[in-house]
Amino acid sequence: MSAFADALSRVPPLLAAHVLLSVAALALAVAIALPLAVWSARRPRVARVALGFASLVQTIPSLALLALFFPLLLSLQWLLPVSPLGFAPALFALTLYALLPLLRNGVAGLNGIDRGVGEAADAVGMTTWQKLALVEAPLAGPVAIAGLRTAATWTIGAATLSTTVGQASLGDLIFAGLQTQSWSLVLAGCLGAAVLALSVDAGIGLVERGLATRRRRLWLGASVALAAGLALATMPLWRQALRSGGERPVVVGAKNFAEQYILARLIGDRLERAGYRVEYRDGLGSAVIFGAVASGAVDVYVDYAGTIWTNEMRRTDVPDRLAMLRAIGDWTMRTKGVRMVGALGFENAYAFAMKEGEAQRLGIATLSDLAARSPTLRLGSDLEFLERPEWAAVRRAYRMRFAAATPYSPTFMYQALASGRVDVISAFSSDGRIAADRLRVLSDPERAIPGYDAMLLVAPARARDARFLRALAPLVGRVPVAAMRAANYRVDRAEAKETPKQAARWLAARVGL
Amino acid sequence: MPAAAPAVTFEDVARRYGAVAAVDGVSCRIEPGSFVALVGASGSGKSTLLKTVNRLVSPSAGRVLIDEQDVRDEPAPALRRRIGYVFQSIGLFPHWTVAENIGVGPRIARQAPADVARLLDMVDLPAGLAGRMPDELSGGQRQRVAIARALAPGARLLLLDEALGALDPVTRDALGRRLRALHDELALTTILVTHDMAEALLLATRVLVMKAGRIVADASPAELVNGGGGADAQALVRVPRDQAERLRELVG
Repeated sequence: MSAFADALSRVPPLLAAHVLLSVAALALAVAIALPLAVWSARRPRVARVALGFASLVQTIPSLALLALFFPLLLSLQWLLPVSPLGFAPALFALTLYALLPLLRNGVAGLNGIDRGVGEAADAVGMTTWQKLALVEAPLAGPVAIAGLRTAATWTIGAATLSTTVGQASLGDLIFAGLQTQSWSLVLAGCLGAAVLALSVDAGIGLVERGLATRRRRLWLGASVALAAGLALATMPLWRQALRSGGERPVVVGAKNFAEQYILARLIGDRLERAGYRVEYRDGLGSAVIFGAVASGAVDVYVDYAGTIWTNEMRRTDVPDRLAMLRAIGDWTMRTKGVRMVGALGFENAYAFAMKEGEAQRLGIATLSDLAARSPTLRLGSDLEFLERPEWAAVRRAYRMRFAAATPYSPTFMYQALASGRVDVISAFSSDGRIAADRLRVLSDPERAIPGYDAMLLVAPARARDARFLRALAPLVGRVPVAAMRAANYRVDRAEAKETPKQAARWLAARVGL
Repeated sequence: MPAAAPAVTFEDVARRYGAVAAVDGVSCRIEPGSFVALVGASGSGKSTLLKTVNRLVSPSAGRVLIDEQDVRDEPAPALRRRIGYVFQSIGLFPHWTVAENIGVGPRIARQAPADVARLLDMVDLPAGLAGRMPDELSGGQRQRVAIARALAPGARLLLLDEALGALDPVTRDALGRRLRALHDELALTTILVTHDMAEALLLATRVLVMKAGRIVADASPAELVNGGGGADAQALVRVPRDQAERLRELVG
């Protein structure tokens, strides 16, 4: 229960961000949808185009829609100089998402007005604006507001996904909880979002009923209560803004697994001790996070040499680790102004792993052995591995053809292997569960998989900040793989789980920082 | 607002929808103070012609004048605020009370508020109805409210588009008489569109018969009852006359 109480204590600031984002997206969507609905009700052709577009947007999975705004905003920097990460992409994606119910109900409400009433409005001499304000708006109102209810519920739900583009929301708890199997975090996040969605839905419902039954006190009261409740929910943000004063906080980025959360806290603790104010952006996708540090939306994070080597530099050769690190450091500084401060001292490579007993029985020790057996085996991977160049390189080198290949989130990938649902997984070499679950890591005689040294990357704006770099310097070469594995396991294990912050403290003590 | 009832003049008015001519070149003058019935079968163009007066329909050709002023000379809302318009589907604003419905004309024109009690009395409704919502009224009461709404801004030209068409015969007869009385009391110019020749004969001072977008007869009720006005008009007059004769036979 104390874990749940602990998780609940993290809700208020995230709820505040969640509310602010949802309300802003809804307000923007209403501002777009209202005039568009009026125009559509008058011109059927406009209605077809507008509703067609809004429906098309709905068919894009919300996660993908959010992610698509990152490259879009990045390429539109000259036009719209906002950070392509965080609030802006989340706002725009959610706004687009909310358009359909608003538009559809707005048009339906206007078209549902009795034709005689519309004719009477014209015949008594109302101007277009008078007709809209006195007749169309009040009569279409209840149906339009029902659309607002739907849009509000959708938006609040979909806002949990904005975590993936670096916008704080209740999704932070859900994503972190799913990655580290902390169900109390998942529960707290879901509960917060559900309570928010239900209260907003109920509040708008009361406004709707008050309008439909022409009870002024009811709809006015409900509107005021709703506005006050939402304003109150965003309080932590204002308090924080007031307290923080001028200086921009340092943003420490993390991808979506335990090791990244731990390292982010390790970095954050050091920066705080050096006097910086620190914020965390957890759960960023691999594709997004390097762009984020290059654009300055994230100030510092840990990436892995092979990831930058293959994904960003598009290299397919595999030099030795030191040469590779040097080449990466040169490349990131030359092309993006991003400083590679140094390697932490351990690798987190993709490593094919099997249950020890199973590997012995089948006589598999290397990727060549695995390739020979692959048509009868099932592969479990993390969510991105099957799309990554490393997988293509492995298949080129070893001619693997698995009977099935299924992507899982990392936690579930290990469970799939344990339960026999898959026979081999694309594990991570620094993962504590490799030792804990007694997995056999297969060797790579063809050297198809590049080195994955963990390394610190620093945004251009901090690249020459001596105080900043001095705070990070002690981390370089300091974290051996055994220590990292042990720290990861403290978060990933099923019992006596620690939070990433606790594990980061433990790791710091273990390596003497 | 003109002091006297206005005259309405149609000059070669036509309204075409694609290849179909709903109104096909109508010219005629409606004298101030007259009660003119436009009679014809469905699709004869009578409603379309009527709506060119308050610009709910714009003519494809020709023009409409009120007191020698082209109706297009001023913005449509300003024109319509001087013209009462009552139509079959009534069109009361469902979210407003009877009083608010009646007062809408003066309100949107920013005139002095309507005298709702007097207007209700003019259409034989009790003043107590003022606070009711439209859905609490009978069909006949609603149409009376619509008439009061049309007269509220002090209109001197009243357009009635099948205004009595959806009412039961008793209500219809009473409201018809009431309309005629109001026409006389307020010195209005009234144009009534109807497909019912008996209604036209009993209420109007002049009957125009329309067929396929043209006026095919123009006569007084007395002339029509006495066999005048031509074949198309007589075909319509025959219906109520036959009914009257069959009823008389029943008296025996």
